[in-house]
Amino acid sequence: MKRRDAMEAVYSELDRCVVVTIMGAVAAELQSIGHKPNFFYLQHAMGLASSMGLGIALSRPELKVIVFDGDGSILMNLGGLSTLARYRPRNLVHVVFDNESLLSVGGFPTATSTGTDIAGIARAAGVPNTSTVRTLEEFRSAFTDALAADDLATIVAKVEAVGPSGYVTDLSLLENRYQFQRHLTTLSLSSQHPA
Amino acid sequence: MPVSVASSKLIYESLKDIGVRLVSALPETWLVHLIRMSEEDPDMTLVRLAKEEEGVGISAGAHLAGVKSAMLMQNHGFLASVNGIVSCAQLYRIPLLMLISHRGEFGERDPWQTEGGGVTEHVLDALRIPHTRLESSDHVARRLHKAQTLAQSASRPVALLLCRDLMWEEA
Repeated sequence: MKRRDAMEAVYSELDRCVVVTIMGAVAAELQSIGHKPNFFYLQHAMGLASSMGLGIALSRPELKVIVFDGDGSILMNLGGLSTLARYRPRNLVHVVFDNESLLSVGGFPTATSTGTDIAGIARAAGVPNTSTVRTLEEFRSAFTDALAADDLATIVAKVEAVGPSGYVTDLSLLENRYQFQRHLTTLSLSSQHPA
Repeated sequence: MPVSVASSKLIYESLKDIGVRLVSALPETWLVHLIRMSEEDPDMTLVRLAKEEEGVGISAGAHLAGVKSAMLMQNHGFLASVNGIVSCAQLYRIPLLMLISHRGEFGERDPWQTEGGGVTEHVLDALRIPHTRLESSDHVARRLHKAQTLAQSASRPVALLLCRDLMWEEA
């Protein structure tokens, strides 16, 4: 499974969510499928995308938050996985695209290439729903089920270590940040359950 | 344990006054009352962290989602959070309010706290983070208000150093 195909397979479902991604291939590929104002790309600070997702999910329980994480990023913040499980936001779905490498800096293998099991770590941390999927169909089904379940889930999607030719896009970091914030404010104004 | 309840209460009330509704924290002796007050307040969301840097991400998320937050941590926790502060809060212009217990200054008895005390303000300076010291109770409300005002207007991190004379009730 290719990560871009996986994101494309669930792209239409993202409209009713807010999405936080990590840097690198995930951000560039999601933008190449089509940027939307409810997408935020954390283009640095590796490891903190899941923490940002937790901050949004706790602050705005009426929103459905999706985090597109990666193996290299979550391995930098395994303690954050225990925090995520501890507060168990029912409105957060945590997807980890695991290509077993640090692709954007030359493809050096991460510890998942030698057996570290991120879904296993998430389960042991206390995340109530965890899975590892290897095909597009499995991913689509796990993602749809997690969205419908109204509970915290970590889905590890094993993907090929291939990505786009470049990582810099024409969407500036701050433009994305302010557009996303404004979008969340708009959702707040139109919501039945303002924060 | 001579951690000042009165000072902790003052700080907590000021946090509420400036609109803070979410606090992330990692326990440390001087912060025990503040963490307990956050936990017992039904109008406050307390997030207990495994490592302080997570709190930067949580505060960034909360800010974009419209909720004012603060981080409660020891100066060593601040030192452990530096990349998150630079690569998330500064890069993305997040008004991050940090309350840092300033261990390791004059009067410090724990040998393991003494290195951090000497570098904290230099690191804050190097990061160009506006900071001020809270050393007595009359500093608390005004400086917290002013720190929050600057954080919000500049959309940048600011730091308040909780000092021994404010937090600890013996020499």
